[in-house]
Amino acid sequence: MNSSVIVFPGSNCDRDVADALEKLHFQNTMVWHKDTSLPKSDLIVIPGGFSYGDYLRTGAIAAKSNILNEVIKAAKDGCLILGICNGFQILTETGLLKGALLRNKKLKFLGKDIYVKTMDTDNKFCNKYKKDQVLKFNIAHNEGNYFTSPNHLKELEDKNLISFKYCDENGNINEKNNPNGSLNNIAGIYNDKKNILGMMPHPERMVDQIISNNDGINLFTSLLN
Amino acid sequence: MKFSIKITLKKDVLDPQGKVVQQTLQDMGLDTLKSLRQGKYIEIEIDENSESIAKSKIEDMCKKLLVNLIIEDYEISKI
Repeated sequence: MNSSVIVFPGSNCDRDVADALEKLHFQNTMVWHKDTSLPKSDLIVIPGGFSYGDYLRTGAIAAKSNILNEVIKAAKDGCLILGICNGFQILTETGLLKGALLRNKKLKFLGKDIYVKTMDTDNKFCNKYKKDQVLKFNIAHNEGNYFTSPNHLKELEDKNLISFKYCDENGNINEKNNPNGSLNNIAGIYNDKKNILGMMPHPERMVDQIISNNDGINLFTSLLN
Repeated sequence: MKFSIKITLKKDVLDPQGKVVQQTLQDMGLDTLKSLRQGKYIEIEIDENSESIAKSKIEDMCKKLLVNLIIEDYEISKI
């Protein structure tokens, strides 16, 4: 499977995700934000970091970069798109995913391991997980507080478009286990066609048992299925 | 021609920074302070002769980049 990782000035998880992809046998290419064409890709990853220094709003400037025009075209043609952390913020700024990521409710940058519950497995990204499976991921963000309109929130719930929700290690979803104030504890969402996933936690940091854990592996291997 | 753009979070969007600033001012003894919302201010100089054309171009800038209409409102004024 061919993957592309988009690199912006300020990206800092691009190498991590490229390592994870290569380890799991993707043929990966790094793509610079000024490029005006994409290599042949089955999967495009928009990695975490602080693209363009988070100026104006997180993800706002990256969403207008040359390469994002190509990503938007590819997404509309059904290419798989994974946006992690800043990548999720960029996807909402392009409109490929609805809603917005606001400043964390308690105004603190959060860098820690958390638990999420797998809400839907009937899609390309999570078919190797079990429904309601609890995963340990890592978060590192200042703007991860997912916000959307009441109508869209209802649509996300009704159409099973929520990928992960923050929970405790036993899978309990409540305000206490919500690190950043996200509506309904949302940690990640799909678009209607489920070819685009945006998520705040970093699955690429959880692909090696020796340095962390391997709860993130199935997200990448699901894509190979 | 110069314009200013005032960008604020929509009423139903939580403004945690504004809340903290409000709380601090109230703690400092400013007890008649009822509410406070924090926002952004942008100044733009544009090379146009017609005010209406200039305004519509700035409107366009707001919609395309400067403002996230899901969470923010904006107000353009001539200065």
